[in-house]
Amino acid sequence: MTPHILTRSLDRAATAFVLLVAAVGVLIPLSNLLLPQGSMFQVPTYLVALWGKYVCYAILALSIDLIWGYCGILSLGHGAFFALGGYAMGMYLMRQIGSRGVYGNPVLPDFMVFLNWDKLPWYWYGFDKFAFAALMVLLVPGLLAFCFGWLAFRSRVTGVYLSIITQAMTYALLLAFFRNDFGFGGNNGLTDFKDILGFNVQAEGTRAALFLLSCLALIIAFLICRAIVTSKLGKVLIAVRDAESRTRFLGYRVESYKLFVFTLSACMAGVAGALYVPQVGIINPSEFAPGNSIEAVIWVAVGGRGTLIGAAIGAVVVNYAKTFFTSGPLAPYWLFMLGALFILVTLLLPKGIVGTFSSWRETRRSAAIAADRNSAAREDGVGAPNPAE
Amino acid sequence: MFANCIDRFRALLLSILLLSCLVVPALAGPFEDSVAKFATDDFSDTEAAIGEVAASGNALASPIISALQDGRLSADPDSKKVFITQADGKIVDAATGAAVDKLPDNAAAVRLNNRLRRTVEAALGGLTLLSPDPAKRLAAAQSVFKSHEENLLPTVEGALAKESVKPIKQAFAEARAAIILFKSDASDSDKLDAVAVLKARGDQEALALLTSLGTDQPPLVAKAAAGAVSSIQSNLAMWSMVQNAWYGLSLGSVLLLAAIGLAITFGVMGVINMAHGEMVMIGAYTTFVVQEVIRTRYPALFDYSLLIAVPLAFVVAGFIGVLIERTIIRFLYGRPLETLLATWGLSLVLQQAVRTAFGPTNREVGNPSWMSGAFELGQITITYNRLWILCFTLAVFAILLAMLRYTALGLEMRAVTQNRRMAASMGIATSRVDALTFGLGSGIAGIAGVALSQIDNVSPNLGQSYIIDSFMVVVFGGVGNLWGTLVGAFTLGIANKFLEPMAGAVLGKIAILVLIILFIQKRPRGLFALKGRAVEA
Repeated sequence: MTPHILTRSLDRAATAFVLLVAAVGVLIPLSNLLLPQGSMFQVPTYLVALWGKYVCYAILALSIDLIWGYCGILSLGHGAFFALGGYAMGMYLMRQIGSRGVYGNPVLPDFMVFLNWDKLPWYWYGFDKFAFAALMVLLVPGLLAFCFGWLAFRSRVTGVYLSIITQAMTYALLLAFFRNDFGFGGNNGLTDFKDILGFNVQAEGTRAALFLLSCLALIIAFLICRAIVTSKLGKVLIAVRDAESRTRFLGYRVESYKLFVFTLSACMAGVAGALYVPQVGIINPSEFAPGNSIEAVIWVAVGGRGTLIGAAIGAVVVNYAKTFFTSGPLAPYWLFMLGALFILVTLLLPKGIVGTFSSWRETRRSAAIAADRNSAAREDGVGAPNPAE
Repeated sequence: MFANCIDRFRALLLSILLLSCLVVPALAGPFEDSVAKFATDDFSDTEAAIGEVAASGNALASPIISALQDGRLSADPDSKKVFITQADGKIVDAATGAAVDKLPDNAAAVRLNNRLRRTVEAALGGLTLLSPDPAKRLAAAQSVFKSHEENLLPTVEGALAKESVKPIKQAFAEARAAIILFKSDASDSDKLDAVAVLKARGDQEALALLTSLGTDQPPLVAKAAAGAVSSIQSNLAMWSMVQNAWYGLSLGSVLLLAAIGLAITFGVMGVINMAHGEMVMIGAYTTFVVQEVIRTRYPALFDYSLLIAVPLAFVVAGFIGVLIERTIIRFLYGRPLETLLATWGLSLVLQQAVRTAFGPTNREVGNPSWMSGAFELGQITITYNRLWILCFTLAVFAILLAMLRYTALGLEMRAVTQNRRMAASMGIATSRVDALTFGLGSGIAGIAGVALSQIDNVSPNLGQSYIIDSFMVVVFGGVGNLWGTLVGAFTLGIANKFLEPMAGAVLGKIAILVLIILFIQKRPRGLFALKGRAVEA
């Protein structure tokens, strides 16, 4: 069964994408580690971390494309799932600091000592074990998405209403995580990480491994998404996107389909966040800001909604542009450009880069076929008379 | 010891009285005698003189004692005459008020020591109780209420008997009650009356007085005081409810103001305008520009700056709104999610544009005089700017409602909203109506900006802080219904302010957001949902 799904879900473009990601995932760390520093082809460590960040964003974009592109659910709160996954990983990394913190407390993270807490809150238990933390990375966003989605989809909150309440959800979480007594470090968040699984997070080798892992996660996430959208389940999802009521009248339980895909997408976003935190070295409440979630949506729109590959490409392209412009003298104009990107993409490029490219190829191909037919017909002498002649 | 002191003091007083009678036989009447005592250059004489002058009720008493306090009272030890140097340099005889050309050569300022300064202050307090200015009398009564100086009792009682203005009489009665309550030799029945008076006053200060009452009170009084304390506490709790309700109304009016334009664009047209908050911001910056121009060119017009800014903000924001509709939104009708993204991008552009033009920091927008200050209502303080904003919001709401109901444009708007194709067939230029409706919604957001500039920081981020709240209000109230927006805004405002004292500001807000999310599950179309075919359209 599994090979069948795989072969079906991997068309030419998808295979190329998987191979490309795999190649990048192997070559960048190798060039960073093996080539001598200063060599033309050596990728500096800071770039490895930066591209690692982009790859995590690409996973987030994939998760958004899965629900928006294929099921019509526009979530403006996916940044919340991303950040929750990140916090779960951050909590593990905080516990790994141990007595190396500024206050040297073997159990309590620095900010808790600073707040005069005498023991660990119950929800921090277990985060000293990686397996538990990894489970929470999936479970916490998944559970939140499940509860939220169960409430929302069951009462048929759709379209912009859903978008707005997802935005309210991430806004509420933003406010909550800013509070010191919430137990997640207040507005400083979690930072100053030392070790992950016994390896130094700052070390080149660890960064390279994290990059490789991120690429692997991207490939897995992509394969899962492809498997879903090419299956019968995917067909139902597209039906829900295009005509929800009709699908329901045909006897499908629309809520269950939506809930499944929404929860899965939240778990993917959580994994992206968990991989993001050790590479960036900090997680703070600003990740919950509604603006971040909307920005993630625009990556998908730029790359091409409902194409999966486009989502990943869009995330990388937009974030590369962001890094490029915000670090140069053009920094004050970046928001103009980002804003213009939102407007122009929705107005002029509704299918995104990948969608436009493939439809352009489609029309060229069909034009070529038509031209072939025409010339064939003319040779047969039964073609329509050309007025120009 | 103390009695002895008084005896000696009396003896001294008597002798001085006799002496002064002998020395200044020309001066007739007790007031003149009292004033003359300032001339003996003896602290105890001065003290006696202060007491007598203050109690005399003479019109010159107050000028004399304030002159003494400021060191403007001088006395000639030879003639025993006392003079006041007025603030404008003129000199008058303290005893008669007659003008004097110049001070005698050997006249010296009447000296004070620390103890006397206190006496002077108390005497002044007592004197202002008798001031002809009602505001001063009231203030004096209130300060006596707080200090409850025992020796002011006769003055207070005298003032109480003379007073004819009702609220001031009340204040005197309360001051008297406060004094009696703390007077050690007052009778039980007097004290019980005093407790009753304080209980009737029923505010934080009365509560403070009653709770600071010592434990050595007679049991009857202690019991009455305890009863009064609990009664005042429940009274205060009621007022704090009223206060919360007022704060809630105030917040609700702000929410309504921010959401009302959104109710038009989102509620009536179904367009998600994420740049709505930026329209509010543009209105606020219009106010800033208007005030800058007025400050530099026509400072006299400052009080009218808001009146000028309101129509201007409407025009500016409305114009930008029409521009947005024509260039972006009209291509996206029927694609709400894309509209959302495009307008979000627009909001980024507008914010950055304003940041570039006006700088990223807060801009100073002043309150005109008629919007600053506050007044008391019962136990709560109401600031004028909040009150005006509430009135303004309701006025805007009423005008908008009337516009939609009674004008041709309103009729066309409703027609286009309900059935676009039918409206077009009847000859309505639907695309023109769309543009105008969007312009109207944006213009109202601009007006909201003028009002919000009075209570919030005018910065490029002004709009962002309102956008989520405004959407919550519109969604909660029910899309396509202005009344729903009104009810939604005030419900959320009041609920927020009642939750705040219980849970703190941030948790209160979170609780509200969670409640709205849950509410939308129950009623996906809001409080006042449209019924019938329009729902699925």
